[in-house]
This record gives sequence, structure tokens and C-alpha cells, in this order.
Amino acid sequence: MVKFPNGFSRRTVLKGGAALTGAAMAPTVFVRHAFGAEFRNNPGSNATVPFGFNVPQTGAYADEGADELRAYQLAVKHINGEGDGGMLNTMTPKALKGNGILGKKVTYVTGDTQTKSDAARASARRMIEKDGVIMYSGGSSSGVAIAQQSLAQEMGIVFMCGLTHSNDTTGKDKRRYGFRHFFNAYMSGAALGPVLEKEMGADRRAYHLTADYTWGWTQEESIKNTTEGLGWETVAAVKTPLGAGDFSQYITPVLNSGADVLILNHYGKDMVNSLTQAVQFGLRDKQANGKNFEIVVPLFSRLMAQGAGENIKGILGSTNWNWSLQDAGSQAFVKSFGQEYGFPPSQAAHTCYVQALLYANACETAGTFYPPEVIKALEGFEFDGMGNGKTLYRAEDHQCFKDVLVVRGNQNPTSQFDLLEVVQEVPRSQVEYDPSIFGGELGPYEA
Amino acid sequence: MQSQNARQDIILSALFSVAVLTMPIWLQPIGAAYPDLMQKFAIFGLFAIGFNILFGFTGYLSFGHAAFLGVGSYTAVWSFKLLTMNVIPAVIFGTLMAGIFAALIGFISLRRSGIYFSILTLAFAQMSYNLAYSVLTPITNGETGLQLRQQDPRVIDQALGVVPEAGLPVTNLFGFEMQGYTGFYFCAILLIIGFIIALRIARSPFGMMLSAIKSNQNRLNYIGVNTRPYTLAAFVISGMYAGLAGSLMAVTDPLAGAERMQWTASGEVVLMTILGGAGTLLGPVLGAAIIKYFENIFSSFHEAALLSAFDFLPDWLAEPVASVLGLFVGEGWHLTLGAVFMLIVIFMPGGVIEGLNKLVSLVRRRPDDTAPAAVQQPHSAE
Repeated sequence: MVKFPNGFSRRTVLKGGAALTGAAMAPTVFVRHAFGAEFRNNPGSNATVPFGFNVPQTGAYADEGADELRAYQLAVKHINGEGDGGMLNTMTPKALKGNGILGKKVTYVTGDTQTKSDAARASARRMIEKDGVIMYSGGSSSGVAIAQQSLAQEMGIVFMCGLTHSNDTTGKDKRRYGFRHFFNAYMSGAALGPVLEKEMGADRRAYHLTADYTWGWTQEESIKNTTEGLGWETVAAVKTPLGAGDFSQYITPVLNSGADVLILNHYGKDMVNSLTQAVQFGLRDKQANGKNFEIVVPLFSRLMAQGAGENIKGILGSTNWNWSLQDAGSQAFVKSFGQEYGFPPSQAAHTCYVQALLYANACETAGTFYPPEVIKALEGFEFDGMGNGKTLYRAEDHQCFKDVLVVRGNQNPTSQFDLLEVVQEVPRSQVEYDPSIFGGELGPYEA
Repeated sequence: MQSQNARQDIILSALFSVAVLTMPIWLQPIGAAYPDLMQKFAIFGLFAIGFNILFGFTGYLSFGHAAFLGVGSYTAVWSFKLLTMNVIPAVIFGTLMAGIFAALIGFISLRRSGIYFSILTLAFAQMSYNLAYSVLTPITNGETGLQLRQQDPRVIDQALGVVPEAGLPVTNLFGFEMQGYTGFYFCAILLIIGFIIALRIARSPFGMMLSAIKSNQNRLNYIGVNTRPYTLAAFVISGMYAGLAGSLMAVTDPLAGAERMQWTASGEVVLMTILGGAGTLLGPVLGAAIIKYFENIFSSFHEAALLSAFDFLPDWLAEPVASVLGLFVGEGWHLTLGAVFMLIVIFMPGGVIEGLNKLVSLVRRRPDDTAPAAVQQPHSAE
């Protein structure tokens, strides 16, 4: 037993500690109840509302992240009525007036997801708890999007997904507070199928290399279903770690596997590396089973095409949007993005820009920032003039349905940005599916 | 003398508890008083305290401590999935599992000391990371990370008849939801307990033995002391602290990813400890708080915010100032941290604590007192 000369005993210390804990806890109890009366981060009578833009600034998807951030900044400008308005001029139906949302100007905070679920959620929590954002958005990986989406449901703050292509995002992991404008792996498969059959025939042997996380898994599954439906055979499907850098150990076995098509379920720098190495290993000059060896990259983007350079030429894939589209909405967006930054936007930029506008528009329509009302305004919302033709935000799974582009690496690019040639604009009806096939549950409106 | 020290320890613990529990108040002015960041302060404080028992007290530099953090997290999430959303079993199992893991790794790694020990632990941590990332995908869910599902069995909750709400269940302590401020206080109380245990260890005969090992292990061996049990005990205790920190991460945010085990995470705790002051009691907690503050606050600044902060300057000046400073915030926060770390290691090798001690002795020094103040015993954290 320790003795205290000036008379305060262990008991006193313990008592003091307990009293102190109680005193420190007390205010939070009151705060919690004060909160319960309304909803989290209610802007109330503030003159501004903050958005949170949580994008990868480092890691395998950093290029996409940087472009997403540019698009968000542009979207904030347009919502606030600065600049030339971009897609606000072409969007129908539209409630936004170009004076912010419900008369409040939009501000923003940014964060780095590092393409890690942990870091993304920490960054999102910071935005919600400290900066008081009313909505957050962004991301370039499905794993991260799913993690943030479930946080959104816990916190009661709407998350507008950025680039995420996994079926799970609006499938088995869908959430009431998460919305996805981007297309998904299932739609890629449905759009690519007929084109692959036309170009390569119905008798092929495919070898998959797949990024080992939710997006890779679902894309592999969807593409496999499609190609096997055409009559193709799947030789093998090999998982590769995300951000591997060197894929030679995975590509060497392809040469002697008896396959004649390599399907790369990779994205971002991974895809640039694996495609470059596959081409360097001479896969494309090879003959197998009496046919030309082909490479397919189911999810394509212009940024990746830029990274892969020459190697991308002639390679088939699908994409959500491309800046060369001629509709008025795409043109308006490309014009204002080009004026601001000096080059055309990527598909990641497009989807993020549209998401920010759609959320703002839903608040304006609902006449409130109260999330359940905003969510109801977004569910089943059908709009046009934002690229990809007439688009529906399906209420059952919060997935957007719109035309999908099948593209090919351009053989004769006219500029350093003219890298993708649109082979076909696959109509929305061809890629639609029944929401029940992926299961999952949205959860309640009240978080 | 003994009672004098004991009294000082009590005062130190009391002050520490007050400082930790009142964080929501005094962190307000620097913009850090929001629950997520304060939870991180407490969690990484625990992690660093535990690391310091091995590195600061015993002199063994482990480069693989993140492995135990990850084990703690995975165990805790599995406890949420299989047993109950109550945090008590999660924390207990997470700590124990990390302890078992540490005993295994420590048993092998501690056959060597110095740089070889560091390399061995690094190798083990990298192995655990790769296992979690790909081989053990059924247990860890690989890159996607282990997450809760509505359909998880949760046998104890089922047996007790807890009615599942719509949406994902929330971690709780007998009904108190472990999010926001309540989550922070839970972590803070564990941090205080962890701090007091570390203090008791430092003052115990066992702690004396650890410092003896740090100062000259050969001499101990020559006089016939077997040091292995002591180092292994220190390693396991330290691993359990890491496991506790890992399970708390899962408590405040029920999700576990392999990146928690990556070598960068192991390096981070080394930085925290050195930055704050290795071997001191308060240093690691301070170091952890400084690094987490930089990571969360500096990375959130962006150029537009800087521009508006400098709009009192004329335009031709504000733009260049903002663009130069912009290099050090946002994605450039590592740069700022690196610069701060270098400055501290060069000018205050004892970390922030040494700097504070220097300040205190500067203020206290009398004109006739010419003794150099920099030479301090390692346990001078007071």
C-alpha cells in the first residue's frame, strides 16, 4: 500500500477520477439529445453548405482522383452560378437556379482516401464530424466506395459514389444513403458481349487476370457469364494483388495455357502495367488455336489509355462516358472543363461532376437538406442532358441506368487526348437487369 | 524518497487523466476536438505506449508492430460478427489474440538482438500482411477488408434475444453506442488505464530489469541472469497493447483491412515514439497525437482554403504564398511531417519531451545554477 504524506488516499484519488469522468461526460449527453431533434449537420440558417470531396490523392488511382477533384471544383462553381454553367444549361428537368442550393452557397472540403477503406472512412468522419458536410462524394475504388457507403448509412449523411464499377456497390452492399451514377460490371458484360462475338467469334478460350478485391471479383463473374453465354471457354481466372506493379509472373503462364483471349480485370495504374507487360511479352503478335491472340480490358478510361500509350491501340473495352460524345450536355461539360483546365475531362471527372449536380438538384427539388426527403427526390429521378442520353436513378437499388459505350483504343489518334474510338453506344434497354438478382437491402430512410 | 516518487506518480497519473478526459475542451481552438480524431489520439497513444515498453524501456526496436494491431482488429471484428456487438469480448479477445501472436513471433525473433531483431520482426509483419491480403482471404476478406453484415450469426446477441434493427448494428457497451463522444471516452479510459499500467511497469523490479537489459545485456548474461523471459514478456505486453489498440480501432469503426498491417503502419509507431521521446512515459502519447493531428488536419487543407486565409495580402503576394505553402498541406502533409521530424531529431534527440524539459529548466534556472539541464534520466517524464 502506498502511503501519501499529505493525507490523500487511493480512495480519494479514485473518487476524484470518477467525479471527473462524470463531469466530462455530462455535456455530451445533452449535446446528443439536442442533436436528436433535427438531423445531423443541418445547415439551419447558415449562409453556406459544405460538401466533402473524398478522393484518392495518392496510390494506384491518384490520376483519377486528381481529375475527380477538378470536376468537383467545377461543379461547385456552376452550382454557385459562377463560370459558364456547364451542364446546368442542358440538364432537364432542373430545379437549380444557379444561386447555390436553396439560396445557400456551396463550399467544399477535400480529403485523401489513399484508396484504403480505413483512411477513406477516417477522412469521411473528419468531414462529417468536424467540417459538418451535408453530403460527401468521390472515390475511385469499389472497396472504398462500399466502406464509405456503409459509413454514410451509420452517420445519416448522403454519399454520392464516384467511380465504382463493382456490382456489389448497388447490389449486395447497397445502402439507402449511397447513390451510384457510374455503370457496373454487369452492364459492361452485357454491352461487350455482342461486340466480342462479332469481332472474335463464338469459339474462344479466355484467360482472366483479376484485381483481388470486390470490383475485380464481380467484373470477372459478369464477364465470365457473358462470354460463357457466347460459347467461350474460361481456361483460368487468376487473382492478382491490387497495386502489384509487376505482373510478369502472372502473364508468363498465359502464353502456354492454350488461351487465345486475355481479359484484364484491372484498372488504373494496375491496368497500365499489366497491359504494357502483356504487349511486351508479345501476346498480341501471337497465334493461338489458329486465331490471333486478343486482349480485352472490360473497363476502360482515357486516363489509362494515356498511361498505356501505344499498347492500347485496337484493344476493346467499355466505358461510362467519353469526351468525344456529341450530345449537348457532354459538349457543354467538355467546353467548360477545357476552359478551366486546358484539357478534356475523364469519365471519372464526368461521373463526379454529374453526381454533385444531381445531389444539389435533389435538395432544391425537395426544398430541404433533410436526408430522407433528398433521398426520395433522387430515387426514381429521370433526367436528360447530362451525357449518356435519358438516365434513370432506379429507386430499388440506387443505380443509374443509361447508355453504355463500347470503345476501342484509337489506331490513329488525332491528338494526345483522342485515344478512344467509340465502337457502339449500347442502348440502356440492353444493359438493364432485375434488381433482385444481386440481393442486398437498402435499409431505412431514417439513419 | 520512495513515497516522494509514488506521490509524484499519482500526481502525474491524475494530471494525465484530466488532460485526456478534457480533450474535447482544450483541443477546440486547434480544430482537433471532433470524436474521430480524438479516438485516434487515444488509440494510437495506447499503441505507442505499448511500443515504448519494448523500444524505450528494453531497447528492442521492432519494425513489425502493426501486425499485432491488425490481429487485434480482425479478432475484434470477428467477435462482432460471431458473438455479440458488445465491445467487451471484442476488446478482450483482440488483446489476447495479439498476445498469443506476439508470443509466437517474439519467441523466434528474440533469439537475435539489434538490427537482426528489427529485420526479423519486419519480415514477420510483412508475411502477416501478405497472408491477410491474399492467402487468408476467407478470414480477412483480402483487399476489401472485413466488414459486418446484417446476416452475421452473432450467437450471444441471438441468445439474449436482441432484436436486430434495420441496417447494420452498432458496436455498444451495454447499450451505450461506441461512436462519437461515448466511443472516445471508452478509448480514453482504456488509454488512462494503459498509461498507469505502463507507469507501474516502469517503476517495478521488472521495469528495472528491462532498463538493465537496455543498458547492458551482456553484463546481465555474464552474471548469470537469463534475460530471455524478460524480453519475451516485454514483447508480449507490448504486442497486447497493440492488439488492444487494434481492437479499439474496430470498436470505433467496425471494419478491418490488411493495410493496418503494412510496414508503413509499423514505421509510423516508431516515428511517433521517437518524435515524442523514446523511453519517457508521456512522449509516445504526445508523438502519436502530433502525427495523427498532422495526418488529419494538414491533409485537409487545400489551396482555395489557403488563398482565403491569405486574402488580407495583396493579390500578387497572396497567390505565390498560397501556392508555396500549398506544397506542405493537402497531399503534401508528409513533407511537413518529415521536416518537423528532422528538426526534432537534430535539435532535440530526446523528442518533444526533451524540448519541454529544456523549456521548464530554462524558466526555473536561477542565475547561480550553471549545471547543464540537458542531461536527464530516461524516466524524467514528469
